[in-house]
Amino acid sequence: MFFQQLITGLSIGGVYALIATGYSLVYSLLDFSNWAHGEVAMLGAYVAFMAISALNLPFLAAVVLGIAGAALISLFNERLAYRRIRHNKSPNMFLMIAAMGLSTTYQNAATLVFGAKFKQYPNVLPISSVSIGNLRIGVLDLVSLIITAVVLVVLIIVINKTKFGLNVRAIACNSQTADLLGIKVDKCIATVFLLAGALAGCAGILLGMKYNVYPTMGNVGVKAFIASVLGGLGSVPGAIVGALLLGVIETLASGYLSSGLRDLISFTLLIVILLVRPAGLMGVDVQEKA
Amino acid sequence: MLNSFQQGVIILVCINVIAVLGMSVLTGFTRLFSFGNAGFMSIGAYASAMLSVRLGMPFIISMVFGAAFAGFIAYLLGSLTIRLKGDYFLITCLGFGESVRVLFNYTRGITGGAAGFAGIPGTTTATIAVVCAVLAFIIAWTFIHSKFGRNLTAIRENEMAADAVGINTFRYKRLSFVFSAVFAGWAGALFAHYMRFITPADFSLAKSCELITTTVIGGLGSLTGSVLGALLVTLLPELFRGLAEYRMFLYGVAVVVVILLKPDGLYGYREFSLKRTINWWRNLPNMIREKSAQRKQRREKRGESK
Repeated sequence: MFFQQLITGLSIGGVYALIATGYSLVYSLLDFSNWAHGEVAMLGAYVAFMAISALNLPFLAAVVLGIAGAALISLFNERLAYRRIRHNKSPNMFLMIAAMGLSTTYQNAATLVFGAKFKQYPNVLPISSVSIGNLRIGVLDLVSLIITAVVLVVLIIVINKTKFGLNVRAIACNSQTADLLGIKVDKCIATVFLLAGALAGCAGILLGMKYNVYPTMGNVGVKAFIASVLGGLGSVPGAIVGALLLGVIETLASGYLSSGLRDLISFTLLIVILLVRPAGLMGVDVQEKA
Repeated sequence: MLNSFQQGVIILVCINVIAVLGMSVLTGFTRLFSFGNAGFMSIGAYASAMLSVRLGMPFIISMVFGAAFAGFIAYLLGSLTIRLKGDYFLITCLGFGESVRVLFNYTRGITGGAAGFAGIPGTTTATIAVVCAVLAFIIAWTFIHSKFGRNLTAIRENEMAADAVGINTFRYKRLSFVFSAVFAGWAGALFAHYMRFITPADFSLAKSCELITTTVIGGLGSLTGSVLGALLVTLLPELFRGLAEYRMFLYGVAVVVVILLKPDGLYGYREFSLKRTINWWRNLPNMIREKSAQRKQRREKRGESK
């Protein structure tokens, strides 16, 4: 029972991690919470859904289209709003307000266009479960766990081993110096938004397969934000650890206590961790927080 | 003289004005963000409703108690979290607001749970609501133009400098937080006694978002701007019923446009003044004449260079 819950929790946490890493990447570069990120995931899920139901594309093509769509929307946000605000030299808070506005816009646009009803993906994966020893694990959970693991490992390699990753880390450290050293800051930030959007799109499709697609599913962004705060804002490994932890705690809380109290417990945990360790579990910058 | 629909609109406008004024003090004048003010609204609403229904208290006492109780909770929460900065403070507020909602949903025996709390006397009339809104504006105006308010503005402009000249930033930020919670609780109490029936879902994250949106559209740093914002945001969907469906979508677009093109909001850092408006009107013909003269000059110059 416990291990089964643990695996379910890890698979949900993995989906949170896909969104949380995007959050964290953007936060590390621009120092603001991208509230529209959850909505990017939602739109990605809708693009994939429409590709299947309206265009009759095969599932894999729809997934690719969904991920690409989410990435482009994320890039669009950056080009439309964030870049301009940065160049206006407005306070950082305005980035967040703009993101909040975008998030409201997308959520309600989705309601207007697609309706508030839940939409279901066609069953691509069997709903059955596999038995490993005493454990019965849903195929969907297993697949989503594997996909997130692969994607996150690739992401970490990209950030730590490639030239692009080095640039991103340099900008995160100090964007002005990075600019002086010849890094194309705007281009790099745009690429990060593309990357974050693609991750979010991936997460959105996984969530859609698990719990259907609906306009307010972008609220999962809040969960991802909590996860990245738990792990320490701006730290990618921190976001992954925080997300997995949050997923497991939520599953255990709803399994053993009550699913109604699930959110209450995760929020209480968040406040306690912030009070005890304001920088998060793997935080990088304590000065900023307390 | 006014039918019940018009009265209802007036009451809702007044309730929103009160809640947004509180938000304006916190966000516009102190630069603290809270996604939890709907939580304080619901605390005020439930506390006052319970006092009215369970203990049979008169409306004024339960309203004052509801507002004070929301302030008290904000004091406790603020003591813990106000030292956290920026996004960290914000996420704790958001968490608080959602926790309140979940808690009220869960404690079915006391609050009626998700099915709602019914049987509240409908004491809030248009007159009471307008009096409350005017009173709230006077209080907020006096507060902002007192020493306290100036200290808050100092914190907004540069927290470190404010600290250096001897402002206890922690205490003042907490004060501002409590102030906004009291206003939110007040609005909640009025809301409960107008609707007669409240559910935790009335005070969701979307409500907090709406409050912030209104404040941003009205102007960060202007009380009159906030009132104007609340008026616009509440009245427009009532006037254009066909637009009601697009309401939140349009607010979202409005926020993005405001932040991109006129980051100070409708009124920016200024307050509405009759004198300046009249002067502006008087100057308008002059301004237009000057502008057209400039344009003419420019055109002539271009002609010469060709």
